[in-house]
Amino acid sequence: MKEPDNIVEFKQVLEAALLTSPSPLALDDMLKLFAGRMERTTLRMLLDELKQDWSEKTLELVQVATGYRFQAKSQFSEFIMRLSPERQTKYSRAVMETLAIIAYRQPVTRGDIEQIRGVAVNPNVMRQLQERDWIDVVGQREVPGRPSLYATTKHFLDDLNLRSLAELPVMDDFEQTEIPLEN
Amino acid sequence: MLLQLNSEIKIKGETLSELPHDLYIPPDALEVFLETFEGPLDLLLYLIRKHNLDILDIPMAQLTAQYMVYVEKMKVIKLELAADYLLMSAMLIEIKSRMLLPKPAEIAEEDDPRAELVRRLMEYEAIKLAAARLDAMPQVGVDISVAAAYYQHISEIKPPEVSLDELVEAWRNVLKRAKLNSHHKIGKAELSVREHMSQILRRLKADGMVEFSALFDMADDGLAKLVVNFLAILELAKEGLIRMTQQQAFSPIYLQANVSE
Repeated sequence: MKEPDNIVEFKQVLEAALLTSPSPLALDDMLKLFAGRMERTTLRMLLDELKQDWSEKTLELVQVATGYRFQAKSQFSEFIMRLSPERQTKYSRAVMETLAIIAYRQPVTRGDIEQIRGVAVNPNVMRQLQERDWIDVVGQREVPGRPSLYATTKHFLDDLNLRSLAELPVMDDFEQTEIPLEN
Repeated sequence: MLLQLNSEIKIKGETLSELPHDLYIPPDALEVFLETFEGPLDLLLYLIRKHNLDILDIPMAQLTAQYMVYVEKMKVIKLELAADYLLMSAMLIEIKSRMLLPKPAEIAEEDDPRAELVRRLMEYEAIKLAAARLDAMPQVGVDISVAAAYYQHISEIKPPEVSLDELVEAWRNVLKRAKLNSHHKIGKAELSVREHMSQILRRLKADGMVEFSALFDMADDGLAKLVVNFLAILELAKEGLIRMTQQQAFSPIYLQANVSE
């Protein structure tokens, strides 16, 4: 095929690449498709158009932390999931609370997590989250023992369909009543 | 004052068979109990939110007795978690003692000893709520199916080209080293280019990829044989029977049999 030279052909190349990519495609990845003959702003515009083109179909083009990907519209999940009867077991409360602390308070050490939860951190919990590639070590706090600082990964955002941490539910919105101190 | 407080505690009189009413945990229920709550903060929060427990309303005598029984029990159950509960009990007892004791005049302005505990409880509660929100969010593999049309990604490896100059240079090196190792052997060996071609091919078939200079036995082969060997390589290349690759100029040249389709 000759190099694409009009909007329709550009979009076709983008579409084929996005549909076959095993992971989300970043803008830089997509620029490579056109061997330097594409502007970033044009690319964004094409992606918007592509999103529009698919709006009536079964898949939707979404932007997540690491780039763009096609995914089935949510109304089909229920059916698609029937193909994989081994439903993922739910994470324990300990895992979810640890994840929440890392997501909202990052970067944090194990000590920080223990301080907030009031219990020792089970190494299994950290391992589960690291194996899922949802958290990783981003450095050490310069205090005795140089404890590792944990943060959430872009993969975590991808998996939750988020573009950035700013899209997490805002903590101030949580309904929390004051604990009264009777005297 | 305390008596009056106690009468207001709604937890009193409520009959709960499974969940605890206060921080006292009967030793035989400890194990079940440790699994129900995520820790002492979680338990305390539960008691405050669900049963309006006053932080001050702690049965001190029972808690102290609990210490002693736990120390015995700890040998068999989750020691770390039990320790966290003990720490919380100790903290609550400390708070209570400070509330009960009259304050010396000079530190009358002291902060409410419960404030820090309340701050921690509120922070933990916020995290609990955040965790529940995170858990409810759609997740790839659970509620989100990512499209992945099939495509066989074939990465084409282009073998680097070898220029004639580089080949000549390599050959010169062979000759140079051959001179250093020349033994002035005189033989009447029948040197046939074709024979060497086969030998090389056989070698390549056995070893796969062979470095150019490895095909020359500088120590034992006479100059004539080396020349024939080189001619054989050139002939093999010319007939397309072997492939020569080189990563960059003057780096080692590798030979391999050209596997035809």
